[in-house]
Amino acid sequence: MDARAIEILTESFWPILKAGLCYTIPLTLIAFVLGTLLAALVAIVRVSKVPVLNKICELYVWIIRGTPLLVQLFLVFFGLPKVGIVIEPMPAGIMVFSISIGAYSSEIFRAAILSIPKGQWEAAMALGMSYPQQLIRIILPQAFKIALPPLFNSFISLVKDTSLAANITIPEMLLTTQRITARNYEPLLMYIEVGFIYLLFCTVLNFVQTKMEERLMLTPDEKKKIQKINDAQA
Amino acid sequence: MLKIEKLNKYFGDNHVLKDISLDIETKKTTVIIGSSGSGKSTLLRCINLLETPNSGVINLDGTELDFSKKIPGNVKKSFTKRTGMVFQSFNLFPHKTALENIIEGPVVVLKKDKKTAIDEAMELLRRVGLEDKRDSYPNQLSGGQQQRIAIARALAMKPEVLLFDEPTSALDPELGAEVLGLIKELSKEDYTIIIVTHNMSFAREVSDEVVFVEKGEILAKGSYDDLTAMHNERITQFLSYLD
Repeated sequence: MDARAIEILTESFWPILKAGLCYTIPLTLIAFVLGTLLAALVAIVRVSKVPVLNKICELYVWIIRGTPLLVQLFLVFFGLPKVGIVIEPMPAGIMVFSISIGAYSSEIFRAAILSIPKGQWEAAMALGMSYPQQLIRIILPQAFKIALPPLFNSFISLVKDTSLAANITIPEMLLTTQRITARNYEPLLMYIEVGFIYLLFCTVLNFVQTKMEERLMLTPDEKKKIQKINDAQA
Repeated sequence: MLKIEKLNKYFGDNHVLKDISLDIETKKTTVIIGSSGSGKSTLLRCINLLETPNSGVINLDGTELDFSKKIPGNVKKSFTKRTGMVFQSFNLFPHKTALENIIEGPVVVLKKDKKTAIDEAMELLRRVGLEDKRDSYPNQLSGGQQQRIAIARALAMKPEVLLFDEPTSALDPELGAEVLGLIKELSKEDYTIIIVTHNMSFAREVSDEVVFVEKGEILAKGSYDDLTAMHNERITQFLSYLD
């Protein structure tokens, strides 16, 4: 590798990483937290078969899962201003990614809740618990444990998916890379570099995931349920 | 007294319980027997409202539920609270320790303060011989131990009626024996107990009354000896299979 290439890589490394720390990671974290909360609510509504709301949630999941994320981003960022709704890039990104995570992860939560044996509901019912008590005290803690590994997978996917936000002018890692590339005309080097940084992020997260799964002390039965949810998501 | 009158239960087109009427006396142990699919478990599950009958009346010491009318949720709940259920597959809460399983109902449903609930739970743990397992999770316990914790969990609610749904069917004979021993002790105390079981020698030992259910109807009722003395071909045949 020649000296110029090394110089380009070292000079751009920090700006790209900084974009990751200032945009990619906050965008991922905020959207993941909001999206997961939304997902939990949607899953509870659907499992509890709340009238009307259940149908609305079903419609929501169907639309979001059936349309490309990039189309959703364009619709919100470029489309909505047409009807007078102008949203800044970062809030628009957070909104779209949250809504997307909400739809996908609601299926994870739903599958996790449905994987809890009927006997658990019955045991709680037999103690005289109300439906919310059964759900909150008995079912959700068990379902959450099963949902956690698949949720972490969707978190890792989200880190990579936030690169789509480059298209709506959020200066995250990819857009920063594109801008640097426009100056140095070294697309091969630059996209290898940004790819490497994404890889770095994901490798760290994979490591965290492995540690987390060890600490969860999953039973073979729980592992089987998780595998099933992961397969359904893939 | 627990009075059941003209109870009917359908699962779709399947008429599982047909006009069942049955009086269960307080402080007695009643054993329900019958072949698989006879409706005996459904009958038990109707008594604590895990299944809602389609029609009929259940009356527990003056509290009457008429299933031909819509029964409000809170009325159902306060009725269920007065019964305790022990399941075939134990159904302990796997994310809670033995002690937490036992205090869950008293703290959450009966709103007892935690300290009182723990004191009472420790008493129950001693009662079922598992005092040293208070902090064990269900998956760290044998099947027999899990079922004894499940019995303690049911007792912690101080139910007026204790229901056992094939309590030892999921256990090998040795582990089953420790559970049966415990139920036998309880049956000597002042509990009103209803047990669904396939274990005839246990039924003979523990029962004050045996109810024989066949195809959703009560075919016979009486003491174990009464039943054998009836010389009903079907009953004799059933008992001979299982002994």
